[in-house]
Amino acid sequence: MQRTISAGLIGLIFGTGIALSGMANPAKVLNFFDVTGTWDPSLALVMASALLVTAIGYRFVLQRDKPLAEIRFHLPTARKPDLPLVAGSAIFGVGWGISGFCPGGAIPALGLGEPTAWIFVGTMLAGIFIARTIRLALEQRATQTA
Amino acid sequence: MTDFTPLMSLLGGTLIGLSAVLLMAFNGRIAGMTGILSGLLPPVASDWPWRAAFIAGAIVAPMLILATSSHAIGFVSPVPAPWLAVSGLIAGVGVYFGSGCTSGHGVCGMARLSPRSIVATAVFMANATITVFVIRHVLGGS
Repeated sequence: MQRTISAGLIGLIFGTGIALSGMANPAKVLNFFDVTGTWDPSLALVMASALLVTAIGYRFVLQRDKPLAEIRFHLPTARKPDLPLVAGSAIFGVGWGISGFCPGGAIPALGLGEPTAWIFVGTMLAGIFIARTIRLALEQRATQTA
Repeated sequence: MTDFTPLMSLLGGTLIGLSAVLLMAFNGRIAGMTGILSGLLPPVASDWPWRAAFIAGAIVAPMLILATSSHAIGFVSPVPAPWLAVSGLIAGVGVYFGSGCTSGHGVCGMARLSPRSIVATAVFMANATITVFVIRHVLGGS
């Protein structure tokens, strides 16, 4: 219960940050990438400040034995880049560049009641679901032939 | 056209960073939208309540801003609906295989100096830039 409440309140902070920074606005994101056109450098400051705060905060938080509302830290253990990481990120970049929506920006945009945000989130969830189904099927086939 | 908004960008970015630090401090989790969402799709993860709560908080936040202040939240989506759907599908497949998006890799992973996140962020930022260039300046779209 405690970790559900904390996650809800922290989600509120996340959504407020996205909304105030303009990152829920696809036009603003597209203009950041349009360096040779109507360039809007805002996203660089959003990422830089978010990164700075997170890097400093993580230093203190990860020194602790465990989180305040959970039994342990859940950190990704893989460090080495591989083909799925690079190919997936390359594919995501194209999708992001087409619409200006990314998952973190689109979810708070749902709260603005914008139909376009619902179209993006709906198809994005379908994409994640399809990709996961494919991966599970491939893994199953690999274990069967092994 | 959108205006350069340095102060709101820094304020918003600071709050995004603060949420990432707090989610690690309290829940021991990476504040990555891809990872959080994935656990809510079937087969649903057993720890779905905190995931759903985070998503709900993120959706309610702009509603609260609009209800309690005079701050206007700009929103323009210049892309036709069929392309939005294509973009969503592509982005969904990409973030799944890439194990994360702008929040997970670009903020949390980069802050941990994870080589995977640094590579992923460089690749998706570069490809988004190239995609926008091609659409706007080669194909003449919006």
